[in-house]
Amino acid sequence: MAEPLIRFEGVHFKYNPGTEREWAALQDISLDIYPGEFVAVLGHNGSGKSTLAKHCNGLLVPSSGRVLVAGLDTKDDAEIWQIRQTVGMVFQNPDNQLVATTVEEDVAFGPENLGIPSKEIQARVDEALRAVGMEAYRLHSPHQLSGGQKQRVAIAGMISMRPRCIVLDEPTAMLDPEGRREVMSTIHRLNKTEKITIVHITHHMDEVINADRVVIMVDGKIALHGTPKEVFSQVDLLRRLHLDVPQVTALSYRLRSRGHGLPEGIITVNEMVNCLCP
Amino acid sequence: MALFKSITIGQYIPGNSTIHRLDPRTKIIGTVLLIVLLFMVDTFWGYALAALAIAAIVHLSEIPPRLVLRGLRPLFVILLLTVSLHLFMTEGDPIFRFWIVEVTWQGLSRGIMMGVRLALLVMGTSLLTLTTSPINLTDGIEGLLKPGKRIGIPAHELAMMMTIALRFIPTLLEEAEKIMKAQMARGADFQGGGLLQRAKSLIPLLVPLFVNAFRRADELAIAMEARGYRGGEGRTKFKELHFGRRDAIALALAFGFVAVVGLLF
Ligand SMILES: Nc1ncnc2c1ncn2[C@@H]1O[C@H](COP(=O)(O)OP(=O)(O)OP(=O)(O)O)[C@@H](O)[C@H]1O
Ligand SMILES: [Mg+2]
Repeated sequence: MAEPLIRFEGVHFKYNPGTEREWAALQDISLDIYPGEFVAVLGHNGSGKSTLAKHCNGLLVPSSGRVLVAGLDTKDDAEIWQIRQTVGMVFQNPDNQLVATTVEEDVAFGPENLGIPSKEIQARVDEALRAVGMEAYRLHSPHQLSGGQKQRVAIAGMISMRPRCIVLDEPTAMLDPEGRREVMSTIHRLNKTEKITIVHITHHMDEVINADRVVIMVDGKIALHGTPKEVFSQVDLLRRLHLDVPQVTALSYRLRSRGHGLPEGIITVNEMVNCLCP
Repeated sequence: MALFKSITIGQYIPGNSTIHRLDPRTKIIGTVLLIVLLFMVDTFWGYALAALAIAAIVHLSEIPPRLVLRGLRPLFVILLLTVSLHLFMTEGDPIFRFWIVEVTWQGLSRGIMMGVRLALLVMGTSLLTLTTSPINLTDGIEGLLKPGKRIGIPAHELAMMMTIALRFIPTLLEEAEKIMKAQMARGADFQGGGLLQRAKSLIPLLVPLFVNAFRRADELAIAMEARGYRGGEGRTKFKELHFGRRDAIALALAFGFVAVVGLLF
């Protein structure tokens, strides 16, 4: 397989080290994320998902261990802007990440910071807005947009920097179902057509089943890790960790425990239908 | 809270007139020149010519004169006060007297002149915000302050602050409205009572608003950093300002006009 795009090597991270409020938020995380992958991260509140996300582009650096982005160590101050350009980040609250008073000015913010000439910024803004389907709103101001639209503008603001990877920290948590659908289809499209690596942090099971890989975090550690099928076939373990499984998986688990011969790792309705009515 | 809905930030009327297309720096300098002019002139003809110039700009900007005049409305009380103060307080040849107040010819002319000066000032400056979008205005201010960087004027930072303020005012107003409704649903009363009572009733509104504003600032700072922001150094602009021939002509005209009218009248 190719070089990993993001590599966690035995990462530990403590908030407020050396004080009484010291808190080990990450413990011995080792994880490789490869170019083009769609990785979903699941976990309870406080399990360290956001802390993990902030390590991907050097917003936080490990207390021990190291994080490499395209081979560059995030601890290296000289490389930090290159790293930020390689890995973009979208946050939970769409309101608190848009800077400018119009959509197009906001999408231009990243390229402006990179010192890209005005003409090329124009082209990048066009391209990025097209990629998220927001080109009709270029002159709108952020507060005129719905939550899903704001989040798509935030994604466009990353795309205009031409990152190889986008980390999204619960981008759908504050959205209604319609907004969630908009955002999910946008990031899946970016992953498929633009080959942008996606790290998607979420609470919603249904947003995980289409990922290439699922990482489950518990108390700052990776508890489980694999394809959605592998992860969700371990229903007992997930139950013990107080984590949900997709509805269909839960149903097949209960049918199986009643003696119906269903295979493990059913995660979509279609698979279920095929198993029941072959 | 219809109150909040009616507040619009800036009063920009989009358009594509000659005035709209001028570089914002030209317009800001022009506005400053107009202010200087209005403090230099002191005669009827001086004001008449200044008024004529403003009328010409309004015409060129294709903005309905009604909108320009509307800018005077909030100033009505101040205008009235200015005029009457001069009317009653100036000594000279009496027109009539009533009890202890005396109205003089000199007072009448000074009062009118002061009123006209104030009105022209307001109309002239509101033309700037009517024809220039907030983004453009911010860029213009940044552009003009840039030479001051060497003596420590933080041009880029000031412009960034203005942009963020403009971006978040609607968001904060929306939030204030939401909090007020939530508090009212719990029986809070924002209208009744005396001044002190009302000020007190604002506390449950302002505290959560401020706490949230700080959290927002924190998150915004992280988001900006994630988008490669590191201050004005090495930064380019999406929409570069362009000082063209039109601007040179406009500025030359403005300078000439102010020099001639200001010195002669
Ligand atoms: N700035 C901070 N200072 C101290 N402790 C912190 C800080 N930020 C987070 N923590 C703690 O670190 C742990 C992990 O936090 P993190 O935000 O990464 O969790 P999370 O999985 O993203 O949770 P959520 O689902 O609520 O977003 C939590 O126990 C939290 O209390
Ligand atoms: Mg989080």
